[in-house]
Amino acid sequence: MSELSSRRRDSADGVLADDSAALCEQVGEASAKGTPLAIVGGNSKAFYGRPVTGEALDVRGHRGIVHYDPVELIVTVRCGTPLSELEATLAQNGQQLAFEPPRFAPGATVGGMVACGLSGPRRPWAGAVRDHVLGTRLITGEGRQLRLGGEVMKNVAGYDVSRLVTGALGSLGVITEVSLKVLPQPPQGMTLRLELDAERAARNLAEWGRQPLPLSGACHDGEALHVRLEGGEGSIRRAREQLGGEQVSAAFWEALREQQLPFFNDPRPLWRCSLPATAPGLALAGDWLIDWAGAQRWLKSDAEPAHIRATVSEAGGHATCFTPNAASPFTPLPRALLHYHRRLKAELDPAGIFNPGRWYAEL
Amino acid sequence: MSFMFDERLDGALPTVDKAAVTSRLHEVLPHMTLLSEPEDLRPFECDGLSAYRTVPMLVAMPERIEQVQTLMRECRALNVPVVTRGAGTGLSGGALPLERGLLLVMSKFKSILSIDPEARLARVQPGVRNLAISEAAAPFGLYYAPDPSSQIACSIGGNVAENAGGVHCLKYGLTVHNVMALEVVTLEGERLTLGSEALDAPGFDLLALMMGSEGMLGVVVEITVRLLPRPEVAKVLMASFDDVSKAGGAVADIIAGGIIPGGLEMMDNLAIRAAENFVHADYPVEAAAILLCELDGVDEDVHEQCRQVREICAAAGATDVRQARDEQERARFWAGRKAAFPAVGRLAPDYYCMDGTIPRHRLPEVLHGIADLAEEYELQVANVFHAGDGNMHPLILFDASDDDQRERAEVLGGRILELCVEVGGSITGEHGVGREKINQMCSQFNSHEIECFHAVKRAFDPAGLLNPGKNIPTLARCAEYGGLHVHHGELPFPELERF
Repeated sequence: MSELSSRRRDSADGVLADDSAALCEQVGEASAKGTPLAIVGGNSKAFYGRPVTGEALDVRGHRGIVHYDPVELIVTVRCGTPLSELEATLAQNGQQLAFEPPRFAPGATVGGMVACGLSGPRRPWAGAVRDHVLGTRLITGEGRQLRLGGEVMKNVAGYDVSRLVTGALGSLGVITEVSLKVLPQPPQGMTLRLELDAERAARNLAEWGRQPLPLSGACHDGEALHVRLEGGEGSIRRAREQLGGEQVSAAFWEALREQQLPFFNDPRPLWRCSLPATAPGLALAGDWLIDWAGAQRWLKSDAEPAHIRATVSEAGGHATCFTPNAASPFTPLPRALLHYHRRLKAELDPAGIFNPGRWYAEL
Repeated sequence: MSFMFDERLDGALPTVDKAAVTSRLHEVLPHMTLLSEPEDLRPFECDGLSAYRTVPMLVAMPERIEQVQTLMRECRALNVPVVTRGAGTGLSGGALPLERGLLLVMSKFKSILSIDPEARLARVQPGVRNLAISEAAAPFGLYYAPDPSSQIACSIGGNVAENAGGVHCLKYGLTVHNVMALEVVTLEGERLTLGSEALDAPGFDLLALMMGSEGMLGVVVEITVRLLPRPEVAKVLMASFDDVSKAGGAVADIIAGGIIPGGLEMMDNLAIRAAENFVHADYPVEAAAILLCELDGVDEDVHEQCRQVREICAAAGATDVRQARDEQERARFWAGRKAAFPAVGRLAPDYYCMDGTIPRHRLPEVLHGIADLAEEYELQVANVFHAGDGNMHPLILFDASDDDQRERAEVLGGRILELCVEVGGSITGEHGVGREKINQMCSQFNSHEIECFHAVKRAFDPAGLLNPGKNIPTLARCAEYGGLHVHHGELPFPELERF
């Protein structure tokens, strides 16, 4: 192990390194001995989910962009590649990950981005991480690397295991490589700040959603509605005239994505409430920041977790605690659904070694 | 080779006593339509892959979710294989019945349950036709984006089963990108809600897993789709080329220019001539290839993009670029493309539609490869191509009444799909594996990958009663098939015993 570790540490920016044989070997050994593995990338999202006790499986040595032809709109990249490196390469070619993944720390990796499945402010218009995943390589329970999905836009051969493992928190296998759909950066962008209360903003957004406006961000921070427009010059000019408001810096969106806005600087627990966009405001004590045009609402609150969960579920959504070390950060699954989760876990990870307990104690 | 179920290669099917099953189902589901007489069963013997037919043992047509749950529990208890069918328009034999199985026909689930214009969602039953959703949403200025060519007839449940696409998916996505939630009944009779009206749900993404799973994991009984505002304008350009490579180059240049067209379609000369003869779309019959490029969105942006695309096509060597002057001409340009399959179908008694996907830059060599193969098997092939997303539809012309031609068409089809895999593509972009491409799955995936798919299947259906013989081949089938198709001097499944 010591030799492997040093090689992993040596990998520098821009390096293409294939560490899959070592990763397969470590998984194979863990599988044979039944040793739980805690999969580690940049540790930027370690807070997300329950803590895992296990031998560290560090994927950072398996890194680099394997294949990128901008004209194909597809990039294939290894899991240990820093997200910043991937996004910089795409930007050099006028392209981007349209789902705007949060990093939360400079070391965030592509593997962690896929495993956590978190998307940024553009998600309601551009889709989530999983909507852009075309294929993966995955190390499964026996320590073998499988190629699932592919490097093409459309592929319905076999089950969509690549999307199944996206957002599965590493509990079904080790994602070693991913092929992602990438898109051109919009030609123009503009951010507007509109002085509206949250209720009025929600009504306007529902109305605007039915019009062909070039919206790509809509967040009410408790004081005003921020709207992002992206598209051609003509459509943005027209939308600007229609919506009014004051033009402000686009830096708002990065601060929102990275949870750097003043709202997040609050000692109370942070809850992510995923709701139907049109759900009315919820009667929960605390402060709200409403993103995704109403579909993702951040709550800073000392209220009882059970009360928060029940209120959000009642409104057709689910609540996740983003503050580290919560006993059960995710909304529990109904019995029948949990049954199939356990069966899938048992089939794909028979030794139960991949991030056990990260989701729920029983997974 | 034949597409019929073969117990030697596809696994043993349970022995089922038709009389006992019929009487038990009548007893527990007295109000459900259950067909058992040969003359009633005959209309269900095939789906859109009509060259292959099997009369099912029984046809069940429930109309309530509780009936589906009871039916699944009974079939599991009685060990009866179940094949689910929507509108029967599938092109890969995914709904091909089993002689000793029950065909579950979902056509009575045909209600649009709700349209919520404010949330831009439609909740529908699986038997609702794809186009009917957009029609119901139209008064609110909304529509459902995925539009497979069969959208007049195909059902949304079938679209989910195959993860259907269409001509607009590069920009607007496939079924998987446009479905918010599903109600699914498992073989154990459990009703699961996957996804929600929020943008995500806790747990694994079983909603994505269910898309394109071809009725192998459960039965979809309700679907919530998202609706989009209709684009303000849509313009279509038609560019002609004297060489398919130049047309392929133009596609690459449009994408490189940062433009994502609403639709980007290519047709080769045989397809152009067939379509022109059929619908008189005013296509250039001398062209080696045409590109249809639709640009949609806000008026000002579309105007600018049309100008860019005209310039790009001219620079790429187009012999002519025309922009439809009005809605009528736009409809005419599209009519030729939309009628391409039946138009080509008029050139021969039968045609066989392939569905491979490839990295776009490999298009010229793949087209040349197809032309060489067509010559080798002495059959004609017309090509239509979702150029934007690399999805090819070679159409093989043949006469099914001639056993030799039919055999050659099947083998040629398989060779074309293997060619797609060789250049890094997939055997199916949107039609599904079904029964038709079961052997080619062995070219695309190795035995461990196929075993992973079987593991997913076992999690939902350990007894293997849901649509047996479709989508995922047995390793025994791959061993036999691999023995017939030796690549690079290596057997693809050296570890397996040969039959």
